Amino acid sequence: MRFGVLQFPGSCDEVDALRAAERVGEAELIWHGDRDLRGADAIVVPGGFSYGDYLRAGAIARFAPAMESVIEFAREGGPVLGICNGFQVLCEARLLPGALLVNANRRFTFRQLELEVVNASTSFTRACVEGERLSIPAKHAWGRYYADEQSLQMMHERGQVVLRYAAGQNFNGSLADIAGVCNEAGNVFGLMPHPEHAVDQLTGGSADGLKIFQSMRLAVDGAAV
Amino acid sequence: MSAAAAASTLPTLQDALALGLTADEYELVCEKQDGPPNVLELAMYSLLWSEHCAYKHSKKLLRTLPTEGRYVVLGPGENAGAVDVGGGLACAFKVESHNHPSAVEPFQGAATGVGGILRDIFAIGARPIAVLDSLRFGEPAGESGTRTRYLLDGAVSGIGHYGNSIGVPTVGGEVYFEGPYEHNCLVNAMALGLAERARLVRSAAAGEGNVLVLFGASTGRDGIGGASVLASAELAVGDTSAGSDSDKRPTVQVGDPFEEKKLLECSLELLQRDLLVSLQDLGAAGLTSSAAEMASKGEVGIEIDVERVPLREADMEPFEVMVSESQERMLCVVEPGNVDAVLALCEKWEVGGAAIGSVTDSGRVRVVAGGVQVGDMPVRALVDDCPLYDLSPQKPAQPVYPAPAATLAAQATIEQTLLALLGCPNIASRRPLFEQYDAIVQSRTVRRPEQADAAVLALADGSALAVSIDCNGRRVAADPYRGTVETVLECAANLACVGAEPLGTTNNLNFGNPEKPHIAWQLAEAVRGLGDACRALAAPIVGGNVSLYNEGATGPIYPTPVIGMVGRLPDAHAAGNLGFAREGEEIALVGPFDPSADASELAKLRGEQLPDGLAEVDVAAVRGAHVAILEAVRAGAISSAHDIAEGGLAIALAECCLAGGIGARVALGEEFWQATARAAPRLRALSPAGERVTAALFGEGPGGFVVSGPSAALGELGERATVRRLGRVGGDALTIGGDDQLSLAISLQELALAHASLEELFS
Repeated sequence: MRFGVLQFPGSCDEVDALRAAERVGEAELIWHGDRDLRGADAIVVPGGFSYGDYLRAGAIARFAPAMESVIEFAREGGPVLGICNGFQVLCEARLLPGALLVNANRRFTFRQLELEVVNASTSFTRACVEGERLSIPAKHAWGRYYADEQSLQMMHERGQVVLRYAAGQNFNGSLADIAGVCNEAGNVFGLMPHPEHAVDQLTGGSADGLKIFQSMRLAVDGAAV
Repeated sequence: MSAAAAASTLPTLQDALALGLTADEYELVCEKQDGPPNVLELAMYSLLWSEHCAYKHSKKLLRTLPTEGRYVVLGPGENAGAVDVGGGLACAFKVESHNHPSAVEPFQGAATGVGGILRDIFAIGARPIAVLDSLRFGEPAGESGTRTRYLLDGAVSGIGHYGNSIGVPTVGGEVYFEGPYEHNCLVNAMALGLAERARLVRSAAAGEGNVLVLFGASTGRDGIGGASVLASAELAVGDTSAGSDSDKRPTVQVGDPFEEKKLLECSLELLQRDLLVSLQDLGAAGLTSSAAEMASKGEVGIEIDVERVPLREADMEPFEVMVSESQERMLCVVEPGNVDAVLALCEKWEVGGAAIGSVTDSGRVRVVAGGVQVGDMPVRALVDDCPLYDLSPQKPAQPVYPAPAATLAAQATIEQTLLALLGCPNIASRRPLFEQYDAIVQSRTVRRPEQADAAVLALADGSALAVSIDCNGRRVAADPYRGTVETVLECAANLACVGAEPLGTTNNLNFGNPEKPHIAWQLAEAVRGLGDACRALAAPIVGGNVSLYNEGATGPIYPTPVIGMVGRLPDAHAAGNLGFAREGEEIALVGPFDPSADASELAKLRGEQLPDGLAEVDVAAVRGAHVAILEAVRAGAISSAHDIAEGGLAIALAECCLAGGIGARVALGEEFWQATARAAPRLRALSPAGERVTAALFGEGPGGFVVSGPSAALGELGERATVRRLGRVGGDALTIGGDDQLSLAISLQELALAHASLEELFS
């Protein structure tokens, strides 16, 4: 199992994501200018401030040559995980529904958060159980999830709401406490909190985030059988 | 500009004075130049001979500081100092100020302060791994409140904006609110980096014929005169007329963290590929300072063609190109055969790069525009020949600072006092600030803010670095020598609480106008204290910065020698915590803590004048307590350790309860006072009894720790240091008893509410 982790100018958490992925499989960085995903079985679009996020978070990164290949990879059913800025990029690329707006408190906020697993049957949460709580840190200024009412209802019906903030944890003001969503096909997943920063009790405050990467491994291994 | 035109418009003495030089200095410049300097030359001299660049009022004092030790890899003089941290690695670190820019424009001032200190770290080839900050503002309530909130909000947002965007965690810091900082806030930023020891790079230019490559952002008109006009003069407080501080806003630089992120990655890759001879960042005084310093260190000459510098604005004058403080730029020396490879790598990282000159053997900085010479100066004159001044220190006969306004009634109960202290701006939780910073990127952060007294950063070999930054300016104002000694001890105490011993120290000396005898006295005494304390702790100074002229019409700031200290602990997993951990464990006061209410936070709330002097410190005894604590932490013998600082013992106990989410039942009973008679004779001798109890609970002084753990472990600790048993961990309140006079219980909820008082500053 091989993860490819994208690297844009302005990525900040790509090495953290690389190290987290290496705990469950092989992993390598993919430069934003490369179209070749080098046979990766799964893609991680990491956190940071791609291209400085100067136009709108994720708005420029989605046009990177590597992203064009990722969009194709996703359309063919390949698993794609977007974390924080990566989530924003996947929304900008229309691989995920909705958008991320400025936090309700209008400030960059860093906090260790409690999340609830709403759908434990996805390729990104199958190592979890429904209703399980995960302790994972979040750190962002633009993390308020928004989708129109009709989309939101369809997402709920189709199980696309994968993670939500536990009661009292939704500091960014996301609609319906949504912390992470997947696409209709279930192979693209984005979340604002950082599972790659919760893979080791020593530095992560918990190792719960590892379950996201383990789930991807299970999904890829299962598909290969 | 032709030579003839230049000659006809030679600047005068008046121009030199306007640029901050004295008449005598101007005369000396003329002598060094064999005649009056032209516009460009005068601009360069005025910057390099400014206080900010030449340290002309502090250099003689700084030479007395200890700079050598077993762990020192790079001492003062390079872009940053560095210490050996084992495994072939070195930790580079340094603190720098950006005070006056932040007073004029807090967001950009603070942001570019972070950008500048990060460049110092990667300029020596180290990858930045952490940022800390040290901030000072006026009181957040009352008349100054509106401005304080504006400055605080701007500075915190600016630090976050830069650090968060560049992927370097902000892992700690400190902030104080005091009247003397109202018109002159302080923004100091410290950064740490890691490098392979063998690959640290120096800034000395070398090799005649080698090429100077400028890379990073293009050069604009921003920050012109920042080092001289802004950083080396007093601010014009409250003046809104022409020539006021708001008019100086264009001298503040504008930061772009995305540009710096690319510059950082590009610089490190250039070094990794061995493409550079030397590297230097562009900070204060821009190209002028970088080129002159590189030439001076390498004892060579440098020639720069300003027409080859990529510009942001057309038609910039040669002198503007040479003094611009545009951010996110680096200057490197490259062998001619490597220039193409260097420029190709710049292209990969989407960073501008241009060959702008060469290394010569002339010993001169020569500036040309196209083929025409526009400036020619001896390197030695620019860098080494600025006159150094002796200070005329004199202890002031009268108090320098007015007494603060009283905010706590004289008849307040112990309970009211405890809650008032816990909620006062200097003690309340810093959560509303540090939550705006990414503290965890790079996956090294073992202890986040408010989890322990020092930040802890894991290294690949299983060990960890610990880092602390501190300074209680009020106590330094009361006694510059002992207050500075206490500040250094405080940093070491913070390290001890996580199990780390000091490796090295950096400092930022923030003071008023050194030409005034009472400020000179503060500065001289503080440097004497800094040297003595660092020698006693074997924690040498590896680098630092001086920020003078921090005063305006309302007087000087408190003398604020900000100390940053880096230490190491062998096992990251054994790093200490500050919060009480387990119900039933015993709590003790450890160390030769002999507190007094003098110059304490309580004295401030009571509106008391600063005392003339602090009690003498037994540095060896305090050091002994540090060692006992750090060894107990490393051995895993104790569950928590917290250094007693502002607000004294009672506040330390409350902080341990809040951090652990569990209460404590303690008593200052007969046993405590008997032990105190031996360990703290000054405190025991206080009378009446009410004052004695108040001083025991809220008094301040060095050498005290609140520790919790199994009873047997505290017994063992007692063989190494003074241990006064206080009570046990448990319940959901802080209960303090003793006798009929002393009996209180405050719930965790009430404590937390008081502690959260800074939230409203950001609402």
